Amino acid sequence: MSLRTLLLTGGGLTALLASIAVAVTIGPADISTGDVWAAVSAHLGLGESTLAPLRDGIVWNLRMPRTLLAAVCGAGLAVCGAVMQSLLRNPLADPFVLGVSSGASTGAVAVVVLGVGGGVVSLSAGAFFGALLSFALVLLLSHNLGGSTDRVVLSGVAAMQLFSALTSFIVLTSADAETTRGVLFWLLGSLTGADWGQVLLCTVVLAVVLVICLGYARTLDAFAFGDEAAAGLGVRVARTRLVLLSATALLTAALVSCAGAIGFVGLVLPHATRALTGSGHARLLPVTALTGAVFLVWVDTLARTVLDPQEVPVGVVTSLIGVPAFVAVLYRGRRRA
Amino acid sequence: MTGLRADRVVRRIGDKVVVDGVTLSLSPGETVGLLGPNGSGKSTLLRLLAGVLAPSAGAVTLDGRTLTEVGRRATARRIASVEQHADTRTELTVRDIVALGRIPHRRAWTPPTAADAEAVTEALRRTGLTDRAGQSWHTLSGGERQRTQIARALAQEPRELLLDEPTNHLDIQHQLDLLDLVASLPVTTVIALHDLNLASMYCDRLLVLRDGRAVTEGTPAEVLTPALIEQVYGVGAEVTHDPGHPVIRFLRPAAGDGSPPKRSVTSAASTAP
Repeated sequence: MSLRTLLLTGGGLTALLASIAVAVTIGPADISTGDVWAAVSAHLGLGESTLAPLRDGIVWNLRMPRTLLAAVCGAGLAVCGAVMQSLLRNPLADPFVLGVSSGASTGAVAVVVLGVGGGVVSLSAGAFFGALLSFALVLLLSHNLGGSTDRVVLSGVAAMQLFSALTSFIVLTSADAETTRGVLFWLLGSLTGADWGQVLLCTVVLAVVLVICLGYARTLDAFAFGDEAAAGLGVRVARTRLVLLSATALLTAALVSCAGAIGFVGLVLPHATRALTGSGHARLLPVTALTGAVFLVWVDTLARTVLDPQEVPVGVVTSLIGVPAFVAVLYRGRRRA
Repeated sequence: MTGLRADRVVRRIGDKVVVDGVTLSLSPGETVGLLGPNGSGKSTLLRLLAGVLAPSAGAVTLDGRTLTEVGRRATARRIASVEQHADTRTELTVRDIVALGRIPHRRAWTPPTAADAEAVTEALRRTGLTDRAGQSWHTLSGGERQRTQIARALAQEPRELLLDEPTNHLDIQHQLDLLDLVASLPVTTVIALHDLNLASMYCDRLLVLRDGRAVTEGTPAEVLTPALIEQVYGVGAEVTHDPGHPVIRFLRPAAGDGSPPKRSVTSAASTAP
């Protein structure tokens, strides 16, 4: 690992830990910064909590998992976006380009609205299976169409449209107002229901997928001049694509099933990070994981405090910040072309 | 059996046969030119030799083993190719691109080694790009882009180098510079060319393709005859033999009367009353 990579990852890690430490102290319940840290260190086995059980619960069971889930989601979405953009050689690719989020939403409404699974299957599980189903459909379709990069993207678009339409259809024909509101909130992306189980699940999947992607870092570099150039550099293109698409789809499915489809993190953060690290994936992937994490921790803090006591879905806030950035990316692309 | 060899390779795309039973074996260090009109199968043959396409029939072998047996990564450590149109949207410097050539030599989860850095420096030096190492791909001219891709190929430390029309879109000075560079490299080279005079000047041996089939093979002096040029390209030409290599001068097609092309302006004038 080069000195620059070490500095960037070290700096990013410090920024992330500081962000988490500050973000958990912010919230509507009036708890002092010192009390929050005392509670957290008590749970980490580093001292006595001075807080009453109720307030301790707010810190440890609400704010802490939520902040951590924001960090894990931000990191995972940014890494998936970076991998997708390089693998599909498309600057506008994001983790949802293969229809994973739309599949997840259909799975979720099938459980919540239609009662698929007879009450045993949770919304998260429904979303997870919906996401994988959509991804499998995209793989099958693009494989039968010849497997080129463009076919993968087009198959993703087709799946996205299909599942979005199915979701709308189910919601409009079967759901009552209350359920619709709940589903809509989740569709826009929300970290409201974060718990420790979700944090654990997403962290494990993120760790595994990140290690796989880092192992493929130099292989991803090889795709810069296209599939055939990559093959000429010794890359087994079809196998690499299958492994990386599956890994990122799995991670995206896990994140979406916990927090809904939080948009724009996976699209914009990799581009912003490339300006910092250059295009080499051995540096880009770990650094974009950190920038994505820091970004989403702060955006979620904003989402839950700006209209206090009402909460804005975090996906709405990322989009409000993301759209101008997206336009900037488009303008840069136009200048180059 | 040493070196790279294509043995009666066939490549079909749908019902169309793009390469039809071509055999080519390479002696170490020689420069072989692939000639033939557009669509004659030159590029496809190069891709078969590089192993990025699999033959529909026949075999491409490296030291007697098929490329499938050798494996993708090991093949890329031996054979490097430069495509006709290389382009990227990624923001990369010349050095970044040359370093891509080290990918088949590198291991997962490990940073580049000293040997990697050395190979990149050497490839930049050989191609005269040392001063441009930090420059962005998107600011390079056509000739510089080709040289960057050749430097990337050299960083692979290949023994076989495959080039697909590397002089396309270059002015004459850059064409000569580039082919001089290629000819000076201590590797076996297969190079697809359109310009018969350049092929004559720089190649030890020529293989002429038409409709996917090998028409003839031999030294430039043996291959480049008016009859062969007429047969393969359908144009008239005069060939004079300079010391060293043949020189080709093309003739204007006769205007619309269907008669065979006139030999030259002087012979046309001599038939006048």
